[in-house]
Amino acid sequence: MAAIFRPSANLAAKFFLLGMGGLLAGGVFWWWVYPRTDYARGVGWVIDQPVPFSHEHHVAGLGIDCRFCHTSVEVSANAGMPPTYTCMTCHSQIWTNAALLAPVRDSLAHDAPIAWKVVNDLPNYVYFNHSIHIAKGVGCESCHGSVDRMALTFKAASLTMQFCLNCHRNPGPNLRPRAAIYDTEWRRGPDTPSPDALMKQYGIVNRDLTDCSICHR
Amino acid sequence: MIRVGALLLLAIALAACDDMTTQPKKNAYADASVGPGKVPAGTVAFQERPVAPPPVSLALIERGQERFRIYCTPCHSELGDGNGMVVQRGFPAPPSYHIDRLRQAPPGHFYDVITNGHGAMYSFAQRVAPADRWAIIAYIRALQRSQDASAADLTPAEKAALQ
Ligand code: HEC
Ligand code: HEC
Ligand code: HEC
Ligand code: HEC
Ligand code: HEC
Ligand code: HEC
Repeated sequence: MAAIFRPSANLAAKFFLLGMGGLLAGGVFWWWVYPRTDYARGVGWVIDQPVPFSHEHHVAGLGIDCRFCHTSVEVSANAGMPPTYTCMTCHSQIWTNAALLAPVRDSLAHDAPIAWKVVNDLPNYVYFNHSIHIAKGVGCESCHGSVDRMALTFKAASLTMQFCLNCHRNPGPNLRPRAAIYDTEWRRGPDTPSPDALMKQYGIVNRDLTDCSICHR
Repeated sequence: MIRVGALLLLAIALAACDDMTTQPKKNAYADASVGPGKVPAGTVAFQERPVAPPPVSLALIERGQERFRIYCTPCHSELGDGNGMVVQRGFPAPPSYHIDRLRQAPPGHFYDVITNGHGAMYSFAQRVAPADRWAIIAYIRALQRSQDASAADLTPAEKAALQ
């Protein structure tokens, strides 16, 4: 009886198997590995803004507090972007002719908000709130990095679910005294209260912060 | 029959496959017509209700100190002498709080300056709530006193410590 497959079919079968293996690996990479890389999540990438605003100049250089511009961070879910009026508090008098600031002056003249591009973004199915974190002693730096050293703002943390849970499982070591919340240079020192003491001070006791309904509501 | 059932199941399972990340949520700020910067005509800001000055307490002064350091020190400096960081970079210098005119000015004058601005100084009404304005004023009063204390203000114990 004649063979059903010719000898060359061996090669074809090998290629087929290899191809399937490659597809599987490629699929895993494309759907599982790649979306979790810092590159895909845009960590560390500067986004072109309408005005090249520098936190380094304004925060580290001039010592302006975060709340001068992000006024609602203590009391609301959103930190809030500074309106043009806030920039003009100073730039009505200094750097008044700088070309860099032309979009700010146009915005005031035409009564149209400056369209800042979003740097940190969570999917809409995640519930997030700034005020609770500030009230319970989590510093801006824990999620936004050393903003005061950013000449142009970039995303410093991946903001994946894993990132949030890493802290929610045991917030203690990430908490700071109230005075250090806006200080992005603060580091735990010998006279910092212990994590347990801070947990008690902020009243974070007997809670499971990893319940799905905390962030998915 | 089994094949049809399997196909149907597959269709149902795959129908739920859409990317959650692209599903929108109602977001008040996403709608440009009500977004920040565009307030419908005739709107009254809820914080704008003036409040009566609260009684002066240590907590009030501490709150005032915190707010003062956020909103006022860039120009007026921690000391209130009007030589803040932004003034050092070329902003017109504000008067020192430690001049007679401002020592004698009634609290209402400070409230008015914070609410409506004054000359080159912009209004802080959007950023400082009425209750916090009084707190800042209480702190400025403490600041003025700190630079203008006389021997008569000291307790006997403090006098003894100084001698
Ligand atoms: C002088 C005003 C000003 C001050 C002070 C300031 N910011 Fe900002 N901030 C801005 C502006 C304007 C933007 C939008 C432009 C950009 O992304 O660079 C911004 C953007 C940001 C973003 C990114 C927002 C996004 O789109 O996700 C973060 C995070 C941030 N600021 C944190 C801080 C922190 C933390 C501090 C205090 C250490 C601070 N800012 C102080 C004006 C300010
Ligand atoms: C409290 C005062 C103050 C506020 C508020 C402020 N700036 Fe500035 N800005 C300054 C000063 C002072 C400089 C000059 C910095 C220097 O000389 O080192 C400056 C410089 C700049 C420059 C020039 C480039 C640079 O970084 O040196 C840009 C652009 C700028 N600011 C954008 C903004 C925008 C946008 C806002 C509103 C979100 C804003 N500023 C709010 C005080 C302020
Ligand atoms: C627990 C983590 C966390 C902390 C702490 C935190 N942020 Fe954020 N921040 C986020 C996340 C997550 C987003 C994106 C929110 C979204 O997409 O809904 C964000 C967005 C922002 C934005 C832009 C959008 C908005 O909310 O208006 C600004 C500005 C900002 N943060 C400033 C600050 C400042 C200033 C502080 C400190 C006082 C701070 N954040 C502390 C996680 C944090
Ligand atoms: C550095 C630590 C830290 C990180 C990172 C962090 N959180 Fe939190 N989160 C806390 C603490 C502490 C609380 C306060 C818990 C309490 O009040 O008992 C909290 C509370 C919350 C609450 C309110 C819970 C409630 O019902 O009172 C939400 C929602 C929340 N976090 C969401 C997030 C999300 C989403 C992220 C990721 C983007 C995140 N958090 C990242 C520390 C953190
Ligand atoms: C501390 C906050 C927090 C808690 C608690 C939490 N999540 Fe999430 N979850 C997030 C964030 C943030 C994301 C978005 C991550 C991203 O941008 O890809 C997310 C994404 C997801 C996704 C989509 C994943 C993807 O890859 O698209 C699923 C599914 C999910 N969460 C399920 C759960 C379940 C089930 C629980 C309870 C066991 C839970 N989450 C608890 C913050 C949380
Ligand atoms: C951007 C810089 C700047 C900031 C920030 C600022 N001021 Fe002023 N302030 C000025 C200048 C400039 C003057 C002088 C105005 C003039 O006479 O043209 C002034 C004047 C004053 C005066 C004196 C008014 C008079 O009768 O002469 C008071 C009181 C005052 N400011 C209070 C405050 C308080 C309170 C805050 C914080 C909420 C504040 N300022 C924040 C720049 C600033």
